[in-house]
Amino acid sequence: MTIEFRGVTKRYEDGALAVDELSLTVPDGSMTVFVGPSGCGKTTSLRMVNRMVEPTGGEVLLDGRNVRDADPAELRRGIGYVIQHAGLFPHRTVLGNIATVPMLSGWSRRSARRRAGELLDTVGLPAELGSRYPAQLSGGQQQRVGVARALAADPPVLLMDEPFSAVDPVVREGLQDELLDLQRRLGKTIVFVTHDIDEAVRLGDRVAVLRVGGRLAQYGTPADVLRHPVDDFVAEFVGKDRGYRGLSFLSAGDLEVDDVATAAIGSVPEDSDEWRLAIDAERRPRGWLAPGSTVDGRLAEVDLVAGGSLYRRGTSLRGALDAALSSPASLGVVVDDDGATVGVVTARHVLDVIERHPASVTATSGTANTTATSRTANPTATSRTPRA
Amino acid sequence: MSITDELATYLGSANTRAQLWAALAEHCYLALLPILLGVVLAVGAGWLGRTWPPVRGTLAVAANLVYTIPSLALFVVIPGVIGTTILDSVNVVIALSLYTAALLVRPMLDALDAVPQAVTASATAMGYRPARRFFGVELPLAVPVLAAGVRVAAVSNISLVSVGALIGVGGLGRLFTDGFQREYYAPIVVGVVLTLLLALVVDLLLVLLRRVLTPWQRPASPNRPVAAGEAA
Amino acid sequence: MIAETLAWLGDPANWSGPGGVPARVLEHVGYVALALAIALVIAVPVGLLVGHTGKGAVLLVGAGNIVRALPTLGVVTLFFLLLAESTPAAVVGLVVLAVPPIMAGTYAGVQAVDPHVVDAASGVGMRGMQRLWQVEVPIALPMVLGGVRNAVLQLVATAAVAAYVGLGGLGRYLMDGLAILDYAEVVAGALFTAALAVVLDLLLAGLQRTVVPRGVRLAELATSKGAA
Repeated sequence: MTIEFRGVTKRYEDGALAVDELSLTVPDGSMTVFVGPSGCGKTTSLRMVNRMVEPTGGEVLLDGRNVRDADPAELRRGIGYVIQHAGLFPHRTVLGNIATVPMLSGWSRRSARRRAGELLDTVGLPAELGSRYPAQLSGGQQQRVGVARALAADPPVLLMDEPFSAVDPVVREGLQDELLDLQRRLGKTIVFVTHDIDEAVRLGDRVAVLRVGGRLAQYGTPADVLRHPVDDFVAEFVGKDRGYRGLSFLSAGDLEVDDVATAAIGSVPEDSDEWRLAIDAERRPRGWLAPGSTVDGRLAEVDLVAGGSLYRRGTSLRGALDAALSSPASLGVVVDDDGATVGVVTARHVLDVIERHPASVTATSGTANTTATSRTANPTATSRTPRA
Repeated sequence: MSITDELATYLGSANTRAQLWAALAEHCYLALLPILLGVVLAVGAGWLGRTWPPVRGTLAVAANLVYTIPSLALFVVIPGVIGTTILDSVNVVIALSLYTAALLVRPMLDALDAVPQAVTASATAMGYRPARRFFGVELPLAVPVLAAGVRVAAVSNISLVSVGALIGVGGLGRLFTDGFQREYYAPIVVGVVLTLLLALVVDLLLVLLRRVLTPWQRPASPNRPVAAGEAA
Repeated sequence: MIAETLAWLGDPANWSGPGGVPARVLEHVGYVALALAIALVIAVPVGLLVGHTGKGAVLLVGAGNIVRALPTLGVVTLFFLLLAESTPAAVVGLVVLAVPPIMAGTYAGVQAVDPHVVDAASGVGMRGMQRLWQVEVPIALPMVLGGVRNAVLQLVATAAVAAYVGLGGLGRYLMDGLAILDYAEVVAGALFTAALAVVLDLLLAGLQRTVVPRGVRLAELATSKGAA
C-alpha cells in the first residue's frame, strides 16, 4: 500500500506550525524513516496517517484514497501502530494485548488468540510468555509485543513512532535487525520515526530529514542523504563522520584479499617475526599471535592477542575498513558466510577501492525516485559480526 | 425573612460577634494543638520504626485502625479510657492528635526510608550519634512529606472539631447545634463559611511554613499526600 | 465503666426489637448503602467523563478540596432545616459528603492511566467508549475503589453524627445515651460504630484485591519496586 503526503500542513490553534506543506511518497512495501530534531513535526506527520492528528491543510492518501474519507477507528484497525514504551495494556496478558485488534475487528476469541500465538513466534518470543503480563517483561520484550500487536490483523501499513528509543543500545540493535528481517519477510509499507540518524540510515529504504518548523529538508536514500546533503542543516544533522558512515552503502566489489600466515590452535608454531592469525579446526579466526612471541608447547587461546572486528565477504566497505583499523596487526580478517577465514584486507586496499571507483560513490546518489539499491550493502552485517 | 436579612440581623448583634470570635478561637485551639501533638507522636513513631524495625508493621496497622474509627465514637470512648469527664475538651484534643498521628505515620516511615543511604552513612562517618543523626539529618529530609501530611490533617481536623459540639466541645460546631435547636439558618451558614475560611487560611500558612522549613526545596511544588481522606 | 458496658451488652433487651443492635446495625448499613449507591451513580460517570476528556478537572479537584473541609455536622443540620425531615436530610447530606472522594478517586484513576497506553488504545482503533471500558476503567479500578473506601468511612462516621437530627442507626445509642448520661450505652454505640467501619473497610479492601486485574497489580508492584 502506497502512502502519499500531499501538501500536508498542521497548524495548531495557537498558530504554531508543526508540519509545513509536507509532500512525499512512501512506495508500497518500503520503509521510510522520518528523522529530525525534536519539534520538527516527525511524529505529527506520522500520526496524520492514522488520523491520530488531523491535518489543517493538504491530504494523506493510502493507495490514492484520502484517509479523511475513512472512519477513524476502522482506519486504525487496518494500520499497525507501534509507539515508544510500547504502550501495552497492563491489565491484559501478552496474548490479550496482541489479540486486541483482531478482537476489535470481530474475530472470534479463539482465532484471535491463535493468531496472537503465531505472532509471538514471528517476533521471536517464546510461546510461554503469552500468559505473562507486560509488567513481567523486559523493555525489549515489551517492545516486541508492541510490534506483534501492531501486526496482528496483518495490516499492509505499519506506523512506528520511536519504538526502540527507550531500550538500551544493545537490545535496540537486536530489535533493529529483527525489524529489517521481518520487513524482508512481510514487505509492509512502513513509516518509522526517530531522532537518531544512525537508526534512520540503518533501517530506512529512504530517509526524510525534517527541520524544526515541520519542513521537509531532504528525502532520499540513506546513501544519498549521507553523501549529498542538500544544505548545511542536513549536513550538520547527519554528523561529521557522514563520509565514513557513507561507506556502509558502498559495495566492496573488487576488494583485494591477501593471504595471511596462520597458526592452528593446538599446533606447535615455529617462532616468527610476523603477525599470524590463530584459527581453529573450522578455520574460524580466534585471535592473533604477535611477532616474536614464544609459545610454551601447543598454541592455546592464552597466547593470543584479541582480534578486531571481522569483515564478512560481500558486505559493505565500511565493515572492511573497520576490520582493518581495529585489527592489532592492521590486517582486517575476511570471513565467508560460515565464519571461516578467507584472507585479510588492509586499509590501503579499501582506500584503493574507494579511489578507483569514485563512480560507485555517485552511482547510488540522486535516486530518490527509485527504490533504494543500497540494501545490498547491508550495514547490519558488519555490526553483527563477532569479534575475533 | 430572607436568608440575607437573617444573616444581617445575626451578624449585626455585638453579642453574636463576641460569641463568634470565642468559638473561632476555641476551634483553632481544638484543631491546631492536635496537629502539634500529632506531629510529635508521628516523629516518635518514626524514630521507633527506624531504630526497631520489627515494630513497623504494628505501627502501620494501628495507624490504619485509628484512622478508620469514626470521630464521634472516638470522642466518647476516650474519657472512659483515660478517666476524663465526657464534656472535657481534652477528649477532642486527644482524639484529633491520634488522627493526625495516624495520618502521618505511614508517610513518615516511607519518607525516612527514602533518605538516601549515602546521606545517613556520611552523617555517621562524620561522627553523628544515632539520635543526633535522626533529628539533624534524617528528619529534616522527611519534612516535605511530613508537611504534605500535615496539610491534609489540618483541613481534616478543622472539619472534625465541629462534631465535638455533640459532646459539648465544638468551637464553631456549637453554631450548628445552636442553629438546629433554634431552627435558625444564620448560625449554621456562618459556621460553615467560617470553617471553610479557617481551613483555607491554615492551609496557606502551612504552605508558607513548609517553604521556610525546607529552603533547599524551593521552588519545588508541594508533594501530593499519599493518603488523602478523613472521617467525620 | 467496663462492667457497665458489659452489662449493657449482656442485656437481651438491647438485642431485640427496632431499637436492638441487629436492627440498628442494619439501619446504619442501610443509610450507608443508600447514600453510597446514589453517590456512585453521580460521582462515577462524572469522574470518568472528566478523566476521559480531561475537561473540568480544575473544578472537580477544587470542589473536592472544599468538601473535605466542610464540617459534617454543619451539612447535616443545614439540610435538616432545609428539608425538615430527618432521613431525607441526612441522606442528602451523606451523599454530598460521599460524592467528592469517589469522584476524585475515579478521576485520578483515569487520569493516572499511562498516556502511552491511552494513545495506543486509540491507535489500534478503539472507539471512545471501547477505550474507556476496555482500558481506562480496568486500570483505574484500584483508585476508584480507594475513593469508595474513603467515602464509606466518611459515610459510617457521618451517619452516626446524623443521629443528632433524628436519624436512626448506631448513632442513636450515642445520642440517646448522651442525653440521659447512660455512658454504657454511649460506649456500646461507639464500639459498634467503630467495628462497623473497620469491617466495611476490610470488606472493601478484600473487594479491591479481587477485582483489580492481576496485570495492574503487577505493574504497581513493579513501579513501587522501581521507585524504592
